[in-house]
Order: sequence, then C-alpha cells, then structure tokens
Amino acid sequence: MLKKGIRDILSASKDAGWVLEPEAKRLFSLAGLDVPRFTWATTVEEAVRFTRKISYPIVMKVVSPRIVHKSDTNGVAVGIASDGDAAETFDRFSRMEGFAGVLVEEMISGLELMVGAKIDYQFGPVILLGIGGTGVEIYRDVSLRMAPLRQTDVESMVKGLKAGRLLEGYRGSEPINLSELTRLLVTFSGLVMGLQEFIESIDLNPVICSPNKCVVADARIMLKVS
Amino acid sequence: MNLKALFKPKTLAVIGISLTNDRHPANVIYNKNNLRFQAEVFPVNDRGGILQGEPVYPRISDIPKKVDLAVIAVRAEGVPDIMAQCIQAGVGGAVVISGGFAETGRRDLQDLMVSLAREADFPFIGPNCLGIYSPPSMDTFFLPSERMVRPETGTVALVSQSGGILVDHMTKFAEEGVGLSLAVSIGNKAQIRELDMLGYFASDPTTEVIAFYLEGFEHNEGREFVLAAHRCPKPVIVLKSGKSPGGVRAVSSHTASMAGDYEVFSAVLSQHSVVEAKNEFEMVSFCEALSCYNRPIEGRVGIITVSGGHGALAVDTCFTHGLSVPTLSEGAQAEIREGVSPRVRAIASYSNPIDLTGSAVDDDFVAAAKFLSDTDEIDCVLILLLPYTPGITSDLGARLSQICRQEGKPLIAYVPHVEKYRIFIEGFELNRIPVAHSIEGAVHMAEAMRRCKAC
Repeated sequence: MLKKGIRDILSASKDAGWVLEPEAKRLFSLAGLDVPRFTWATTVEEAVRFTRKISYPIVMKVVSPRIVHKSDTNGVAVGIASDGDAAETFDRFSRMEGFAGVLVEEMISGLELMVGAKIDYQFGPVILLGIGGTGVEIYRDVSLRMAPLRQTDVESMVKGLKAGRLLEGYRGSEPINLSELTRLLVTFSGLVMGLQEFIESIDLNPVICSPNKCVVADARIMLKVS
Repeated sequence: MNLKALFKPKTLAVIGISLTNDRHPANVIYNKNNLRFQAEVFPVNDRGGILQGEPVYPRISDIPKKVDLAVIAVRAEGVPDIMAQCIQAGVGGAVVISGGFAETGRRDLQDLMVSLAREADFPFIGPNCLGIYSPPSMDTFFLPSERMVRPETGTVALVSQSGGILVDHMTKFAEEGVGLSLAVSIGNKAQIRELDMLGYFASDPTTEVIAFYLEGFEHNEGREFVLAAHRCPKPVIVLKSGKSPGGVRAVSSHTASMAGDYEVFSAVLSQHSVVEAKNEFEMVSFCEALSCYNRPIEGRVGIITVSGGHGALAVDTCFTHGLSVPTLSEGAQAEIREGVSPRVRAIASYSNPIDLTGSAVDDDFVAAAKFLSDTDEIDCVLILLLPYTPGITSDLGARLSQICRQEGKPLIAYVPHVEKYRIFIEGFELNRIPVAHSIEGAVHMAEAMRRCKAC
C-alpha cells in the first residue's frame, strides 16, 4: 500500500504526465531512499538562505514542467561556490520555458550509477542497474531483472555489468557501499511494484555511490498515459 | 482443466471429413490415425455417408462411444456450433485446425469459441494450428505421414506457436537423434497457451525437457510464465522470434530506451533459469544435451582430441560461450600420461585439451576419459572424435559412453555426421550421450547445462 504522501504527489503530477524533480525526490525520500538535502526555491533569497544550511559548493537545477531533460537545455549548474554565482544562475534559469523555481541542493561526489524501472508489457515491473551519468546511452552497460529483487539478484546484476569492477574499487579508488546499493535497489524495486499502476518508467540518474552511502542525485518519473 | 484427454486420447473424432476430396485436411488426419495410431477414430460429417467402408457420423452425438478428443476441421463460421455440440456430447477436449479467426480479423468468432469453452471448462488447442503429435496414441497434423520425418520417442516436449517451425524441429530432432515425447502446435492459442502447456508437461511423466518456440506474451503473461518455469523441476528452453524492434518508438526515459522488449525478455528468462536458445541450432543442441543430463555444471570443460586444431577451436568456442578449459594439474597430467599406451605417451599432450594424436587407439581414449570422469578439476568432458584416425575401432562410442554413465559426469561428443560414421554416433546416442555434428554444437550443449540452474 502506498503512503498517502506518495499518492498525493502522483495525483498532483497527473496533468503534466511526469513528476518534477523536487517532488520525485520527496517521493523517494518518503519511500526510504537517500536523496541530497535540497529545497525548491522560487526566489533568489530563498535559494541563498538555503545555502547557509548546506554550505557551498552547491548544485542548482531548473524546475519546469516543460523541461524533461534539464542538462540538454543547460538547466543544470554544478559547483556553484558563491552567493553571486547562485544569484546569476537563478536569473539565467528564470528565463527558461515554463520556469517554476530552482532546485538547490548539496553536491555529492562518488561513482555515478543509474537505477531505472520500466513497466514492461510482458513482464510487468523490471529494474535496471547501469553505469550512470549523461553517457548512459552511449555505454549501454546495464543489467536488467524482473522486480521485485532479492539480494542475490542485486549481486548478479553488479556481476553482469562490464564495468562492475569499478564498484569494487579500482586502481586506488575505494569500493562503493554494496550493502547500501543493495538496500536501495531492493527498496526501490518494492516501491516500483506498488507504483506499477501509475508509472511508465523511472530514471534515477545518477545515483551517486560512495563508501558510505548511495544517494539519488536526480530522479524522473514518467507517468502512465491514461 | 483436465488436459489428459487432449494429449492421450483413447477415442478420436475427426469432424469435417470430405467424401469427395481425399486430400482434405480432415481426411489426411482420419487416414493416418485410422491406419497407424492406437486411438480409435471416428469420421464425422453432417451429411453422413460411408468412407472407406466405415460409417461417417452426421453428428458427434451419433458416435456410439465416449469421445476423448474432437479434431475440428470445418470452416471457421461453423466451428462455434460444432464446439457446442462437442460440449453437449461430453467430449473431453478439441483441437481446432481451422483458420479464419483472429489472424484474419475474425476475433469475434474466436472470442465466441473461448467463451463457450470457458463456461463448460472444455479445453481446446488452436485455432489455426496443426495440433498434437502424440505417438503412439494419435497425430492431428494434416500432413501425410510419408512426408513427415518422425523423431524417435524420447523425453523432449516441443510447443510452438508456429506449426511450420514445429515440424521443422521434429525433422531436426530426427536428424540429430533427439527423442520427442510430444509436440504441440498451439496456433492462435485462444485458450490453451504456453503457461498451460508448461503446467501440463511439468507433471507429465514422459517429459523431461520442455522446449518452446514463441513469438511473444500477452500483458504480464511473461511474468507468470517465468515464475512457473522457475518452479518447474524440469529444464525449460525457449526460442523466441521477433527480437528486432518493430520501428523506433519515441521514448522519454533512458530506462525505456535501454530496456527494450527483447533485452528485457532475454534478461528475465535468464534470471529465472530458463535457457534461451538464440537460434534453431542452439535450440536443437540444448534439447539434446538437457534430455541426456539433468544436473547443472559450472562449465569447467575437459577436452579430449586427436587433432591439435580441433582442440584449439574447441577452447576458443568454450571461451566465447562462458565456459572455461582449466589447465590440468601436474599430478593429473602425469596420471593420464601413465595411463596411455607407450606409442602415444611421448607425443601426446596432457594439459587440456588432451591431444592423444593420430596414433591413438581406443584404450588411450578410454584411459583419458576415465581420468577426466573421475577428477574434480573439470565437470564436463568433451570428446572430439575423428573416426578417420586409423587406430580406433567402431566400438569406441559405446565404450566411452559406458565410462561416463558409470561416473555420472556429463560427456559430450563431436563426431562428423556422415552416414559412414553412424556406428560411432549411435554408440554414443543409444547410450544417451549427446553427439554434436560440429565443435560449436558440442560447446552449445555444455553451455546449456551451465545456464540451466533448474536442471
């Protein structure tokens, strides 16, 4: 059974056909996944005030129901380090189509993975794990499994990635926290089972993994066209 | 639904017999069953009459015995009425050969038939299918027997959406010595579908391997199928067509773009230990291997050859199919060396592949096979047998088979498939050792065992 907060987010997003990033992050946070500390600011002052809580450098992203792929329209700015930069970026975003505010969030570093879900016609909910970032469709290094996932499915998904060794720590880099990744995937797959009537697909890209945790740094939920 | 009457009927009615056209599908079916199969068969045609001295029954209810299976081969428009009559008469089930339903836009007729059958809990196969090949009981294929190549009776059940693919695979089974328990063409699969067939064959004592050719599943049907296949104690093999995407669809997410229909299909099958055959060659090899062995292997292959080239090609092929060819330990190599005849001892190589050279005699093969069957260093033996080497005799296939049956480790043989070498091939096959007609085919067989965790 879905939490009320989750159902509310889904029904409020119905008309747009997809869930805006701040709302998607709130949804995943309600479901028990780690997301960066963030706020959805509609004024420069709000944005700058929030940076006092998370401290620079920060990430800013445009929020607009008209912009699904933010980085394609330069709607993502990372490494913003001062109030001046923040104000300037806010101003730039505010002129974009359908502007509905700015997502301000802490910057997370680590290995970029991608986690996704799709409601397949023949098999129902399926989960994807892959090497993440903006180049996902170039590398196409992904593992697919039918949901819900068990722990052993996650192990075999990691093994199935060509770049799976990157997760184990490669040439001096520390291994990512595999039990946190497992927790994320198992929790996510359970959530997707509950969401299958509502959604078409979900991209969590990137999910940033470090030795401590796995954080959903960007999220997009495409809703089922009714 | 009780499917037993469908597949093992004692009495059979063929509905739609022609008194004027001997080549009518119903007549072909009637004739072959009347002359060559065990089920008692009755011809039915609403005009009655006499066919080859036997009375033709105007209605199914006129038949003096209880009918287990009705084969319906009348025009599509007439099928629902005939089915209602069958239900009324207490027939056990039907095969609807006739076409002209959903495949030609008459989904209404098909739906009518399904609702009649569902209400009466009446099982039927088809429409638009060849039906069931179930020797020695009966055969509903409208193909003259003399035109068919019939495989030996064995343990593989074949289920296919396409009748043509089914018959083609039966031909290949016959050629490769794969035994068949039952073959079913399910056509439009209006009522009985892959999932029902899986359920039936999972508990059919004559079937040990279940193989499907399929084009696709309906909404969420694939999910039920793989979950059922996972629970099934017998190996399940699937060959799918329609892998290429049918046109580019606009997708707005990376996941939807990278998790295409076929990518999902293939990944989900393997997640549930269903062995996916990528093409018809793999299909036949996988069926052959899994009908001989029912234990999974890790895939550490030991190779015995008399030709360095064959050994090298086999190693390469193993590697590309996810199998390993581990180098044997010093101790193991010394032991094999000790076991072979003095003539080959100095010239053979023992590291894996074991190359016994063209001077090898039967006893050298036997010594090497005995050792490999016994050692934990490998878990599958591949013998590349070239019958033209002068030192070996025609007993070799049977002798090697006995060794591996004794130890219980899977043995796969490659023997060139020409008539002249049939005695070698049969020496293996009659002892239930799979024989491939190419090195690659032999490696496919090992791969099937590695991928089939459920077997």
